Amino acid sequence: MRDMEAFRAEVRSWLEDNCPEEMRQPLASDKEHVWGGRQWEFSSEAQRLWFERMVEKGWTAPAWPVEYGGGGMTPAEHDVFKAEMKRINARSPVSNFGFWMLGPALLKFGSEEQKREHLPAIARGEIRWCQGYSEPNAGSDLASLKTSAEIDGDEFVVNGRKIWTSYADRADKMFCLVRTDPDAKKQAGISFILLDMETPGVSTRPIQLISGESPFCETFFDDVRVPRANLVGELNQGWTIAKYLLTHERDNIGGEPPGLLKGRDLAKMALDAVGTDEAGRLDDPMLRADIARLEIDAMAFRALVEHTRAKAEAGEGVGARSAMLKYYGTELNKRRYNLMMDAMGGQGLEWESERTNGGRYAREWLRSKGNSIEGGTSEIMLGIISSAVLELPKG
Amino acid sequence: MILNEEQQMLADLAERIFADKASVDTLRAIRGGSHGQDYDHELWQAMVESGLTGILVPEDQGGMDFGLVSAGLVAREVGRRLALTPFLSTAVLGAIAIGRGGNADQKSRWLGSIASGELIVALALDESAKHRPERVATEAQSAGDGYTISGAKTLVLDAVNADVLLVSAMLDGTPRLFAVEAGDAGVATTPVVSLDTRSMADVRFEDAKAELLDGDANALDAVLDAGRAILAMELVGLARAVFERTLTYLSERKQFGQRIGSFQALQHRAAHLSVDIEISEAMAFQALAAFDAGADDASLQILAAKARAAETARLASAEGVQMHGGMGMTDEFDIGFFMKRARAASELFGDANFCTERFARAKGY
Repeated sequence: MRDMEAFRAEVRSWLEDNCPEEMRQPLASDKEHVWGGRQWEFSSEAQRLWFERMVEKGWTAPAWPVEYGGGGMTPAEHDVFKAEMKRINARSPVSNFGFWMLGPALLKFGSEEQKREHLPAIARGEIRWCQGYSEPNAGSDLASLKTSAEIDGDEFVVNGRKIWTSYADRADKMFCLVRTDPDAKKQAGISFILLDMETPGVSTRPIQLISGESPFCETFFDDVRVPRANLVGELNQGWTIAKYLLTHERDNIGGEPPGLLKGRDLAKMALDAVGTDEAGRLDDPMLRADIARLEIDAMAFRALVEHTRAKAEAGEGVGARSAMLKYYGTELNKRRYNLMMDAMGGQGLEWESERTNGGRYAREWLRSKGNSIEGGTSEIMLGIISSAVLELPKG
Repeated sequence: MILNEEQQMLADLAERIFADKASVDTLRAIRGGSHGQDYDHELWQAMVESGLTGILVPEDQGGMDFGLVSAGLVAREVGRRLALTPFLSTAVLGAIAIGRGGNADQKSRWLGSIASGELIVALALDESAKHRPERVATEAQSAGDGYTISGAKTLVLDAVNADVLLVSAMLDGTPRLFAVEAGDAGVATTPVVSLDTRSMADVRFEDAKAELLDGDANALDAVLDAGRAILAMELVGLARAVFERTLTYLSERKQFGQRIGSFQALQHRAAHLSVDIEISEAMAFQALAAFDAGADDASLQILAAKARAAETARLASAEGVQMHGGMGMTDEFDIGFFMKRARAASELFGDANFCTERFARAKGY
């Protein structure tokens, strides 16, 4: 206990000294997020400074082992670290799919060589990764994916097409699910490989969303040659890694909403936009009730997130229960953005205007609709809960 | 939060006692009994013997001196088994009202008897159909070295069986808690048969002899917090139980040649409900722990817990009836009892709307 308090004091004072004031403000837009990678350009001096200081400390990946460029923190230390970051509202210095997904996969399934090659480069923000999972005909039914990788000597030859690859047009490398055995049962013929986006035969096309933004791409593979050494885990065992990562991805869904509302107080936004009645209450009783119901559900959801985390730390597996958090957390977030639109009124209708920072309310609201689709739809989550948690009979 | 060893032992103990003694059959027997309203004496005796009646009473008064989390573990069993017991009114509200609001003499007179099960206490707060604890017309007058109180209370749980009534009454413009002997000539109790077979009553006071609980003047706030928190746990237990029964039914009942639990339309609703229950339970435990820790936002968390648990229990019991189909509508099936108890437990100490409104107020909007 004492040690942890000493650690907290150390983290706190270092963050106080090193986190620039500008990096303690909520992101004004997604464009301020630092993704890293070969093509990355910092948009401010504070951004660069914060990034470099955190990289040097190994705190961009606080829980990864020091030998792979991480901070070597224990789970308890990591909790303290996150709490201290949150305390000053510090922005993430850099993050991308390498931190969220590939890192955890390599730590669990990667060879020593792969760990040494890729993890430090992720931690230092040198390589930006994207995820090649979904295909036009393999969405919720991910295991039916068809992108093929045929073995030819020391190489795989990849052909096919991925969709919903986040920022594939700006990423340096992709981790990708490919079919390596077309004759096996669908889950049994999949492998997990790593490829460079600059390899000949790889091309991308951004997809414009209803929000007007293009965070996702289609990615095409035309006889793309990938070294066999880039296979993670065993051949045809990629589904195990994919499942592990899907669970991991769902675990990452905490109490904090993604997007514009992160670190912002919805009730306060409503008070500012709508005003108060003579008793000082939000001057829209129905909206007030809706916000209160949302806040109660959000508080209760955080209690479950905390409880689940505490159980995981005590060694109890979370497993399919992560589907519960994914389902509820994303539905909650959609409600939150709906209420933000109710509160903002006419400002929520603005698409291109300076005072809304380019229609941020409308665009973020529309973007939030994807939360209950990406990473497994709400309906898929409910199906997982029915079968794996409630053990209801199969249809 | 994760239960510590002491709490886990208590949870196991409570589960054993209630599994053994409390059942919907007992509820049916009491409902059909000639004595009209009553509680489960055999269960109460078992709770006395295992110390559960003294769960919030200090050790030097013969109690266990556990916290509200522990009391909540018992309340969860109460809800799960639809037990008819004065646990809430006596072991929780009585113990906290007297423990916090009473002076040394009052504590030594009553707390020990609560722990030993000899004393049944009822709390008389509400005066209208909706819970408005600050809207008190009952008044206290100074009389000799004590007080008399006059007024009318409603929805008084366990008043019929009570030895002592704890009553909120206005004193110098502030609601305070007074203790009145139930047998006092100025007390008139009219039993009201409630939908969930719990013992309720209207109680009228006319110059009833009363003594002020003149310890902590803010005891009423703690009593309200504790009442809401414990009812939240009761509702969570109830929701779990009705959901377990519904799941069993989904896995057994066949229509169209299939078990109805294989239908996606029902699976998704069941899955949603299971998530809802998990969330309400986590909220309730966190709120009770906040009360025990004396956290600044304990009252706020408790409002959230009660509001949410009430909605969860409503959904769980409504889905329970619907998914049991026609059988859910019959008195022969137990499902309806859960719906009735959910309604009553939600209403007491403020329903979901009340708690939500107070939550918004406390948050400053």
